Amino acid sequence: MIDKSYSAVMARKNEIMKAAVGMDYDAFESGSIGFDYEAMMRAAGYTVDMSRAIQADFAIGNTPLIELKNITALARRCAPDGKGARIFLKDEAANPSGSFKVRRAATSVYHAKRMGYKGVIAATSGNYGAAVAACAAKAGLSCIVIQECFDSRGVGQPEIVEKARKCEALGAEVVQLTVGPELFYVFLRMLEDTGYFNASLYTPFAIAGVETLGFELAGQFRDKIGREPDAIVCTNAGGGNLTGTARGLLKAGCGAKVIAASVNLRGLHMASDTQFNLKSFTTGHTGFGMPFASNPDRSDVPRSAARPLRYMDDYVTVNQGEVFYITEALASLEGMEKGPAGNTSLAAAFSLAQSMDREQCIVVQETEYTGAGKHLNAQLSFARNNGIELKFGDPATEIPGRSIVLPSHPSLIRARHEDMRHLRASLIRNAIKGVLHTPTEEDILFLAEETKTYPTTVKEIIHEANG
Amino acid sequence: MARKGDWVQIHVVVLRPEERAANIPEDTRIVPLEMWVKGRLADEQAEIGDLVCIETRTGRLETGRLCAVNPSYSHSFGDYIPELLTIDEQVRSLVFGGESDD
Repeated sequence: MIDKSYSAVMARKNEIMKAAVGMDYDAFESGSIGFDYEAMMRAAGYTVDMSRAIQADFAIGNTPLIELKNITALARRCAPDGKGARIFLKDEAANPSGSFKVRRAATSVYHAKRMGYKGVIAATSGNYGAAVAACAAKAGLSCIVIQECFDSRGVGQPEIVEKARKCEALGAEVVQLTVGPELFYVFLRMLEDTGYFNASLYTPFAIAGVETLGFELAGQFRDKIGREPDAIVCTNAGGGNLTGTARGLLKAGCGAKVIAASVNLRGLHMASDTQFNLKSFTTGHTGFGMPFASNPDRSDVPRSAARPLRYMDDYVTVNQGEVFYITEALASLEGMEKGPAGNTSLAAAFSLAQSMDREQCIVVQETEYTGAGKHLNAQLSFARNNGIELKFGDPATEIPGRSIVLPSHPSLIRARHEDMRHLRASLIRNAIKGVLHTPTEEDILFLAEETKTYPTTVKEIIHEANG
Repeated sequence: MARKGDWVQIHVVVLRPEERAANIPEDTRIVPLEMWVKGRLADEQAEIGDLVCIETRTGRLETGRLCAVNPSYSHSFGDYIPELLTIDEQVRSLVFGGESDD
């Protein structure tokens, strides 16, 4: 009889994961701080062409790239003379299951099937669940989605409840839990019991699937506009969206600036039962975005393929009220009703465009589906009923968990720039923590790649950390 | 009452408060980790609150307290939020109305 207690299952973590991903991560380790990221990505064996072909079989991709002329006009009303870049949007909600996440799911599910797994399991409260369910349905695999869904009063976050419905509609089994990181324990137990594939968001298979988004975007932009975009904005949580998109852009030879955007939920603890339902965004927020950027290997695989600081040129945050405002504006001005979380990058782009020249182009690389529970009206109503103050004013005064401040004028929407050096330094500090020896020259080069910076900067940061 | 084969939902306490991970916030540590799963009832018959066995969509067997028969969805679009109409009117006026924005 196998011991299924919390401590026993957690102690078997590595062997369970090895069996559930079918990949030996040790092969890429240097034995010191660094590991060979590109070798890991190559070992997965999915080129952009292969991923595109796999996704085409699932009817994924070729989503429309749309110029938001009226949103651009609104931004120009708020911008100084001569400023206000053209804003474009890639309508990823047009994919099966309603989000870009299905690109990630397709390559994972395809890989699981090819490796002979009978089913797939994903630990996610987000759109990824429905994405995996959709692909598993088409591939004829069983599917379990594990969600953190309810607080201890049994109240479900409406957006997550809707995602459960969608997963079930697509034939998946949904396991719903109350708040807490021990979800990982339930996840491991189910992987062990079923022998299914861990359709993690963070394997090289999943990230290879997102590369097609960036690759496709670059090609579409050239065909449509006849030039390169200047900046691409990615909503950032676990980092896979940005990582995959940026890798795809590079593979297409596109040098656009890559900007991360998250909803500011500072002050709310992600593992707190009482704060769980005070958030109006369940993803795309700083509660995931910041820790995963500075410590990517906190994910559910030994080495995450999502390493956003390798590709990020800038990181901005926007407030909840700003994203809700822009979500309504998108419906009102462009006739596009989309889920709010996916519009985080749109709120950021709306502000960033105002400091760019009119000839420049900024692209928001995703949208997500909306509906009951996932609609901005559902989220705002839920917030108001939970005692969150909802009002018009200056969104800079918003306090996550206490208020949602809708801008009283769109010119008050402001993407706030994060300190990139601080983020890079925190990744480096995390990487060297617990390592007894001095980082090797190879480690320094690795950390420079990890943080898109120079070896001299890495050395400086290490010196400061040790000082 | 539910009969064998009915589509039901069960509730399970996965970890009691004293079994929870150490590094979690206090408000989370004092409550159990709970789980809800749906499946077909494997027992002959049961009442709400009974300890039952179910077979899930993937063929797994789970045991827990019966909490719903034919569990349904009740999430919605919520109560009307009039502020959204104000935004709608404001952005249309700024883009199409041709008036000053101050």
